[in-house]
Amino acid sequence: MTNHWVDIKNADLILIMGGNAAEAHPCGFKWVTEAKAHNKAKLIVVDPRFNRSASVADVYAPIRVGTDIVFLGGLINHLLVNDKIQHEYVLNYTDMSFIVKDEFAFNEGLYSGYNADKRSYDKSSWDYVFGEDGYVKTDPTLKHPRCVYNLLKQHYARYTVDMVERVCGTPKDKIALIWDMIASTSTKDRVMTIMYALGWTQHSIGSQNVRSGAMVQLLLGNIGIAGGGMNALRGHSNIQGLTDIGLMSDLLPGYLTLPKQDEQDYKAYLAKRTQKPLRPNQMAYWQNYPKFHVSLMKSWWGDAATADNNWCFDYLPKLDKPYDMLQAYELMNQGKMNGYICQGFNPLASAPNKGKLVSAFSKLKFMVSMDPLETETISFWQNHGALNDVDPSKIQTEVFRLPTTSFAEENGAIVNSSRWLQWHWKGAEPPGEARSDIEIMSELFHRIKAMYVKDGGAYWDPIRDLAWKYSNPEVPTPEEIAMEYNGKALADVHDPKDATKLVRKAGEQVAGFAELRDDGSTACGCWIYAGAWTQAGNQMARRDNSDPSGIGNTIGWAWAWPANRRVMYNRASCDTSGKPFDPKRKLIAWNGKTWGGVDVPDFSPTSDPEDGMGPFIMNPEGVARFFARGGMAEGPFPEHYEPFDTPLAKNPLSPEQPLTLNNPIARVFQSDLAQIGKPDEFPHVATTYRLTEHFHFWTKHGLLNSITQPEQFVEIGEALAKELGIPNGSRVRVSSKRGHIEAVAMVTKRIKALQIDGKTVHQVGIPIHWGFLGAAKPGYLANTLTNAIGDGNSQTPESKCILVKVEKA
Amino acid sequence: MALQSLDIIRRSATTLPAPQARGAHAGEVAKLIDVTKCIGCKACQVACMEWNDLRDEVGTCTGHYDNPHDLSDQSWTLMRFAEYENPKGDLEWLIRKDGCMHCADPGCLKACPSPGAIVQYANGIVDFHEENCIGCGYCVTGCPFNVPRISKKDHKAYKCTLCSDRISVGLEPACVKTCPTGAITFGSKEAMQQHAAERIEDLKSRGFDQAGLYDPAGVGGTHVMYVLHHADQPQLYSGLPENPKISAMVGLWKGISKPLGLLAILATAAAGFLHYVGIGPNETDEGDEEAARRELEKTP
Repeated sequence: MTNHWVDIKNADLILIMGGNAAEAHPCGFKWVTEAKAHNKAKLIVVDPRFNRSASVADVYAPIRVGTDIVFLGGLINHLLVNDKIQHEYVLNYTDMSFIVKDEFAFNEGLYSGYNADKRSYDKSSWDYVFGEDGYVKTDPTLKHPRCVYNLLKQHYARYTVDMVERVCGTPKDKIALIWDMIASTSTKDRVMTIMYALGWTQHSIGSQNVRSGAMVQLLLGNIGIAGGGMNALRGHSNIQGLTDIGLMSDLLPGYLTLPKQDEQDYKAYLAKRTQKPLRPNQMAYWQNYPKFHVSLMKSWWGDAATADNNWCFDYLPKLDKPYDMLQAYELMNQGKMNGYICQGFNPLASAPNKGKLVSAFSKLKFMVSMDPLETETISFWQNHGALNDVDPSKIQTEVFRLPTTSFAEENGAIVNSSRWLQWHWKGAEPPGEARSDIEIMSELFHRIKAMYVKDGGAYWDPIRDLAWKYSNPEVPTPEEIAMEYNGKALADVHDPKDATKLVRKAGEQVAGFAELRDDGSTACGCWIYAGAWTQAGNQMARRDNSDPSGIGNTIGWAWAWPANRRVMYNRASCDTSGKPFDPKRKLIAWNGKTWGGVDVPDFSPTSDPEDGMGPFIMNPEGVARFFARGGMAEGPFPEHYEPFDTPLAKNPLSPEQPLTLNNPIARVFQSDLAQIGKPDEFPHVATTYRLTEHFHFWTKHGLLNSITQPEQFVEIGEALAKELGIPNGSRVRVSSKRGHIEAVAMVTKRIKALQIDGKTVHQVGIPIHWGFLGAAKPGYLANTLTNAIGDGNSQTPESKCILVKVEKA
Repeated sequence: MALQSLDIIRRSATTLPAPQARGAHAGEVAKLIDVTKCIGCKACQVACMEWNDLRDEVGTCTGHYDNPHDLSDQSWTLMRFAEYENPKGDLEWLIRKDGCMHCADPGCLKACPSPGAIVQYANGIVDFHEENCIGCGYCVTGCPFNVPRISKKDHKAYKCTLCSDRISVGLEPACVKTCPTGAITFGSKEAMQQHAAERIEDLKSRGFDQAGLYDPAGVGGTHVMYVLHHADQPQLYSGLPENPKISAMVGLWKGISKPLGLLAILATAAAGFLHYVGIGPNETDEGDEEAARRELEKTP
């Protein structure tokens, strides 16, 4: 989230799209009801199904799965054509005036530089025009035909209301109503928040779905404002922590990035990431990249990391490609990866295309599961009749179950969607032989190290040198690890402007990332977490909920990254002179000398507004980007591509170009391409989702959850049920190109047939929570149906859009 | 005797005075269920099961979100989901938390023939004291909202207690405590009516002209009330009765038939007495004895 859960109460308008907050985040959803009750806020829900969020919405509109960019692109066009944009904001805080290279082009869904064989782009033309001073050329009058404003207008001119209705199936009157409501927040005294989740991300175009929403918010001046923002609702209580701490295969902690195969040179690796300002007087915060990176390496390899060995840069793997889960399962399936430690994850249930996973796991030599529960994954070799129809005698994979503690049986911090690190305390002793993940990983490390010591091995230096300074090396404590990710001074740290001024004594915890250095004098395991455990103690354990301004910014409650800031980009809530655009939403302001207020300024605290520093300090431009330059794999502006399982033969936005029916750079493996569904065989459009009564594949093991939602079902509209002669409550078979499931049919008015490109399209809803283990009635794994096509940027699977065929069981 | 039983204003089937030393000095209580804020998450159902140590069976899906399918001795509250297409053609998903309404004039208590099996406290809560229950099911007939259920296991009647055990120690009901959206609130009946009025004003501003409070007069008002978007059509909410009244059978039982029955008993006794006094006791003669012997001999 750019903002935070409590802040939703400040919204005038709430758009829930690509998520279902009432269903999947009922506790967070309370802030929507607060906004409605105390702020007269209106709630809009756009979703393929009339869902639990829609049940309390002021306006609901249906949409075909996978067409969000068309709806949002149409909205962008509507805002631009009707000039419903926050002018002062857009002109000063975004790249609208920036001039783009003449070589940059877009035609029939393809941007300049496409290479069909490699399914990728040469992005060199996707850039600004630079002047002789090294800065981007701009035209503040916005008249230049190549300025971002005019390119944006041109790009979305094709996204008309008629096109939106034709592609999304959303009725025109609903489109008009919703767009006008949203446009009303372009004024300085009204603000909209967007709440989204995996309904926007689990697509082959997921990253661009999110970007489209962010662009709408920028046009309206709703980013950085209390009650506004782009708010990703995380589907797992600590999934925010997962990405923060660098568990994505191409990331290092704190969104630092692993070097690629061609980045063997340390200085070049750093230079590429140490971005210099693209406009005068801009902060370009990533100029500090070396400080964060060197401190990370000191945290990992301690004394072994020195300036002479480039702080152990050679110890880092250099990626030839992303090794995300889809890649890993593909490699297993090809027999090229044959061991698997599966920690706190149930991919047989959670990852797409169950059939492929069973095949992949069957080729492994061993699989280890670290989990509090007996998962379907570690039981993949068991025959459970039609629900898991395998022959155990043919599977040679050796499986090991290491029972772990659950979150409630250990101390630690969980990072929520609001970026708050909230410390929690053990509530119960773990049962039986369960041990914490830290303990298990620690023992694994010691055993591997001992084997190297005994037998030797090629290049085991990274393991040999790993810093392991815990009071009990066998069992590092969560507290020690938390202090480690906060970071500390290894030598006295002085003020760079005044060498006589001591900033931090050697051995002390740093107070924040501003104290980190690139000379090896500091260590920090995750720079964005610096400040979480300072000399003053564990900041994550704070529980002061006082809210003097009433705006909900309780900065004494837990600790938020970065720097305990609650609303990111909050400098953008003030005009160019430093005054809040809307006094009743004041977060920070310029008092003539410094920036301050009820939030931690996301800005240089002493930068005079007259100096013209932009509020988006992480971008070298200092402003937010409509034109993503090379930041996105598909192109600088989000463009609609059909899901790979699409009911259409042509992309209505680029009908002449067959390459752009689907995302031309989506990550696809040949084995998955062979399993794409076609509408003649699989005529119905389906999507998968969660229900309030359950949490993923955990709570089917719980009796209370199973009582409230006991048996697998699929939701189908009345029209489709009538067409197929399916009575409510009867059993149906739902098949896709990847496999089939059987479940109870829930015939409902909440899913309506849509008119798409002149034909009737029925949508089907498939809740995910059942499996062949647990207290609930046994069911099929819903991901039997989904496909493993990945988003071109994040490799997130396209689990939300599948073509299926529904029939009587 | 539980302490909350010291403020009983009514007990079933007894005219004995109830212990009333304690009073409801903070006034009558009420739970307000704002159907328009409810997202049907069923947290209230789970909280109810947890607090009361109830575990219904893992049932089946019958094509509805309602699970368990009905109230039972193990499910004292449940969400009922109804799909309604309004005259504008827009869909509404009306989700109502069902359970005991705690009527001011409780039909169950009136119908109950077992002394002290159903009581009403001074704060308005209607509670079942199952140790006195004989399992006759009259409370089921007596309830205008079809709420009490007889256990198949112990043949006693069960329903929501409004967490009388929690309330007696100053806690709100478990469902109120857990509700994530604040759709269920608890307080004095007056405060709840006031809160409802604010909610109704908000709903009217959002186009629900018929929004209103459900506190039906036919049962003397209730201590569980609903805020409805369509107060003019309560039956849209999975059959919430439009004008609930205590069944005529209960009226008959407690109104006319009870005194009539008493009269009949007295009349029989009086007739017997008069017969004895006027005609004397009935006696058998030899002919009667002989007939009886013949009957006995016929028996194999």
